[in-house]
Amino acid sequence: MALIDYFLQKKEHRVTTAFKAKERLQIIVAHERSGRNKQPDYLPQLTEDILHVLRKYIQVSDRSLSINFDNKGGDLHVLELNIELYDENNTD
Amino acid sequence: MARIIVVTSGKGGVGKTTSSASIGVGLALKGHKVVVIDFDIGLRNLDLIMGCERRVVYDFINVINGEATLNQALIKDKRINNLSVLPASQTRDKDALTKENVGKVLDELGKIFEFIICDSPAGIEAGAMMALYYADEAIVTTNPEVSSVRDSDRILGMLASRSRRAELGLEPIKEHLLLTRYCPARVAEGEMLSVEDVVDILAIPLLGVIPESPAVLKASNAGEPVILDITSDAGKAYQDVIARLLGETVEFRFLQVEQKNILSRLFGG
Repeated sequence: MALIDYFLQKKEHRVTTAFKAKERLQIIVAHERSGRNKQPDYLPQLTEDILHVLRKYIQVSDRSLSINFDNKGGDLHVLELNIELYDENNTD
Repeated sequence: MARIIVVTSGKGGVGKTTSSASIGVGLALKGHKVVVIDFDIGLRNLDLIMGCERRVVYDFINVINGEATLNQALIKDKRINNLSVLPASQTRDKDALTKENVGKVLDELGKIFEFIICDSPAGIEAGAMMALYYADEAIVTTNPEVSSVRDSDRILGMLASRSRRAELGLEPIKEHLLLTRYCPARVAEGEMLSVEDVVDILAIPLLGVIPESPAVLKASNAGEPVILDITSDAGKAYQDVIARLLGETVEFRFLQVEQKNILSRLFGG
């Protein structure tokens, strides 16, 4: 057992603090980035529903509606809704 | 059109003001018209680092409040022709800066200068957000140290979501990494994150690496931006930064441990 400990210890010793720093940073930064642009789960369904209602009245394509949920920091969240209206002159 | 460059970091004490001063001086020495703005309202320090603290009469907030004209507030550098400083106010006026009034001042400055360097305060509060809001480019100043790298990543998030360019859906802010206080010897020992490590994590292009250097403290003691110390390693590294900002390709220096010559090895120099 002492022999195994010896080898394990030696291997552990080779891991430098800079290596640990990089590993820890990669994990925390990836985690924080994924939280940064987190959109609420209901957003896709909300988009569908709004499109459904809009189509009762006007002609809209899937692309003409954009919904953006933005965390402005602290308690302030902004739900931004943008509807591009169909333009007959526009070939788009 | 003036290039608006914010020098930012999130974390304090990593070298934002030192870098702003040297970058301002360096660009002006190349013949460009440059203004460096201190956005650290309440904690003005750029004036000290630039050596013009005794010539401050009016400041950024005076201009915003209409108490002084831009020309009255701008301090012309005594060493370099094309360089001016717009100092921050010492009296804390938390909500003095708004998007509208900062935008107006930047518009005015843009008519006179080619480069507008915004020296951001630390943190992610209103002052830091104002400093980055109108930026075309950002120099993210980072130390090879965990908290600084993490904060830089937060700031990258802000640049991508809270800037004017982000709000208007324009081309995103061009990001540059400036790694400061770098010690190749400690990197070789595995005690410090390497340039490659930091570039890997933050994933933005490298603008420069400034070695840890006694010249930086000497420069701030004297109020002479370190880039003027042309024999120092840090001064040379800032000159390389200027060349890269102006589109030149310059090899990175001071990344390896300096090889001591045989005499200094023998005599332990």
